[in-house]
Amino acid sequence: MEIFKYKQPLSLMSKSKRFGILSISVLIIALALIIGKGFNYGIDFAGGTLIQLKYDTKAPISKVREIIDSDKSYEGATVTFFGSDHEIVVKTKMSSKSLGEDVGDRVRELLKSTGNFEVRRVDMVGAKVGSELREQGLMAMVLAIIGILIYVSVRFEWRFAVASVMALVHDVTIAMGMIVLFKVEVNLDILAALLTILGYSLNDTIIVFDRIREGIRDIKDPTLESIIDESVTRTLSRTTLTSLTTFFVVLTLFLFGGEIINGFSFTLLVGIVVGTYSSIFVASPILLWLGFSVSDFREKEALKLKREKEKDKMRAMYENGTI
Amino acid sequence: MKRLNFRVILFAFALIFGVVFSIPSLTQSEDGKKITLGLDLQGGLHMLLGIKSEVAIESRIKSIAGTVKYVFDDEDIMFGDISIVDNEKVTFDIIDKDDIKQAKELIKKELTGVRLNENGLNFSIDLTDEEIVRTKQNAIKQAVDTIRNRLNEFGLAEPTVAKQGEDKILVEVPGIKTQEDEQRIRELIARAAHLQLMAVDEDRIARVDTMSANEAKSFGDVILHDVNSPEKYLLRAIPVIEGSMLTDAKVGFDKNNQPQINFTLNGQGAKMFGEFTGKSVGKRMAVVLDNKVYSAPNINEIIGGGRVQITGRFELSEAHDLAIALRSGALVAPVYVMEKRSVGPSLGADSIESSSIALAMGFILVVFFMMVYYGMAGVIANVALIGNLFLILAIMSLFGATLTLPGMAGIVLTVGMAVDANVIINERIRELLYMGKSVTKSIEDGYSNAFTAIWDANVTTLIAATVLYAYGTGAIKGFALTMSIGILASMLTAIVGTHGIYQLLLPNIDKKKLGFWFGIKAEEKK
Repeated sequence: MEIFKYKQPLSLMSKSKRFGILSISVLIIALALIIGKGFNYGIDFAGGTLIQLKYDTKAPISKVREIIDSDKSYEGATVTFFGSDHEIVVKTKMSSKSLGEDVGDRVRELLKSTGNFEVRRVDMVGAKVGSELREQGLMAMVLAIIGILIYVSVRFEWRFAVASVMALVHDVTIAMGMIVLFKVEVNLDILAALLTILGYSLNDTIIVFDRIREGIRDIKDPTLESIIDESVTRTLSRTTLTSLTTFFVVLTLFLFGGEIINGFSFTLLVGIVVGTYSSIFVASPILLWLGFSVSDFREKEALKLKREKEKDKMRAMYENGTI
Repeated sequence: MKRLNFRVILFAFALIFGVVFSIPSLTQSEDGKKITLGLDLQGGLHMLLGIKSEVAIESRIKSIAGTVKYVFDDEDIMFGDISIVDNEKVTFDIIDKDDIKQAKELIKKELTGVRLNENGLNFSIDLTDEEIVRTKQNAIKQAVDTIRNRLNEFGLAEPTVAKQGEDKILVEVPGIKTQEDEQRIRELIARAAHLQLMAVDEDRIARVDTMSANEAKSFGDVILHDVNSPEKYLLRAIPVIEGSMLTDAKVGFDKNNQPQINFTLNGQGAKMFGEFTGKSVGKRMAVVLDNKVYSAPNINEIIGGGRVQITGRFELSEAHDLAIALRSGALVAPVYVMEKRSVGPSLGADSIESSSIALAMGFILVVFFMMVYYGMAGVIANVALIGNLFLILAIMSLFGATLTLPGMAGIVLTVGMAVDANVIINERIRELLYMGKSVTKSIEDGYSNAFTAIWDANVTTLIAATVLYAYGTGAIKGFALTMSIGILASMLTAIVGTHGIYQLLLPNIDKKKLGFWFGIKAEEKK
């Protein structure tokens, strides 16, 4: 079966302005959402307690709400269905200080009258741990980006590195905007998903850049635009196919993986779509805007090659005993 | 080209290795190394505990006061006004100037890590800075050991207790069935189990109901409550005996068949206890546990042998847990919860089920797609994918790694990403075939053209995964781990393995059947 077959390069670069405007407007909306509405931090980062209960029958949610609301110490607590109408989740900002006085135990006692239920999960994070986790998360993001910048600079050129990191920031920011828009609760797993998007979207971009690097060497046409057009078109098939397989795999995770990893798989789905878009339409134009020069790169490559050849020559001479 | 090439042999070895070492995990057999399920999949309790290490300093100061009092009494040195100031130093006066030299020598002999400051006849003892650091570190180490002992004695399967960071303790207890059990385990861990035998201040106890805490302090006393009733006791603040002198604690029964705890003191404790009871006949002695008075019996005679009981209307399970706590030693400093995650066994089972379904569906989807789109080339990629999955399981089994729910997600994601390498390779091969290159040339060049792209892409993903592993906690580490192993394994299976299979099959590849082999129309070939 063949879907994408290379016939001639698509003229993408001539339309790069349009994609640029689209990306920038989506970015602005995402940033506005992040700053304006802010993240809906879950207990991992905000601290608090989460209790998941499963009832034998349909969960009497209004009764549970009534009981929780009547106790002043649970002010601001929320009660929601979780996955099915048999299960509910109670979230409160309160966290247990001592091992003996556990919020989970207290809620269990409090709700005894509401029916037969099983406590399936109690997560409690103290406020101090929450802020530590948040700092660590931010640190992880920054470190990952720095590591990637260094690696791509060494393997390609600094402009490739900057372009790929800009594409990454683009993807992660838009994914974050979607998280805010869809009120996904931000916990550690969302952080993991965002870091995965980092790796994944970069993966896509690198494949395209690798082809551009190859194109610079092999394609006679000296303009970067046409080299990019041809390279992107040639990798289009792979980019789309891989994205599709990964998208469908994550979709099964989203649909069948259970409520607990829904936020995680949702974030990944967004990331895959945005990451694919950005590696086709965003990353390469940035290379162009950064003033990447084909002839300079060729010269540098030629110089590198020359130096290696000279070294070989020297070594050969040395081995032959002429030096 | 030889049909049996090193690549396919390497792949075959990897496949055999993968299957052999993943069998114990897949069948959950008793023998062999296997993957442990994370607490989120098998159910259990995960806690991060903080420690109030300043309390360790306080109790150290208290025991210094006790020692000073004991040795001075023993050597007949007259002293007065021994007291503890701000929980950080012990102050006292020496009454007879001639005793100073001997007193200083005794302190030097009996106490380490302390500074003695003198001002005429007034003396004070505090801890050196190094001693404070050491005491705090010991408190954490001791808490880790104590909690581990308690959990082991409770008879739980493979609890993990480890120091995390500078001042935190990680506790993981798998296999807890109910919330009630969990509560009991938490209480067992949290129990300070600080046992003290204290003298009742018989001269002033009559006034205890009107006395303030400060007033009691001015007499060198403390006011403590009875464990079961609001009754108050006035006790000498410096205990006669402390829990550290205890050697054994067992559940026994009193004459009314009520559970009680019998404990035995060590040599020094028994000697001190004997001397004290000898001097205090007719007075009362309080058995104090975690600052509650359990009983305050009259001392009728010298008690030798160091055998003491705690009675206090216990439930049997309570007495059992308390004996464990006493036996495994007191927590020098109390612990508190910073983070707690508990998952019931039924939720864990549900998570395994749903993520397995997702994995199976995702796998079938990808395998089916690859086969339809690429023909035999897709089948070869699928063989590599299966090899990859077995390798992930085998490597995780060998390391005894933990599989968490995000770890399952990592494997699902790997299924999507591992075929990526083959998609890249197959696209390259197709390109070359379109250009009219021979099958052999197309395959060889396809692999070499695709290699740098796959390599660079995988390394960058590995960088992200490594950072995630270093900064992630618990379950997230599992995700980073499975993803990293998946990527590394895919380098072997998807690049080396499939290449080897092509070389093995090369003589059979019919140029006229490119549709069957590579999923492209033969007539497209120029």
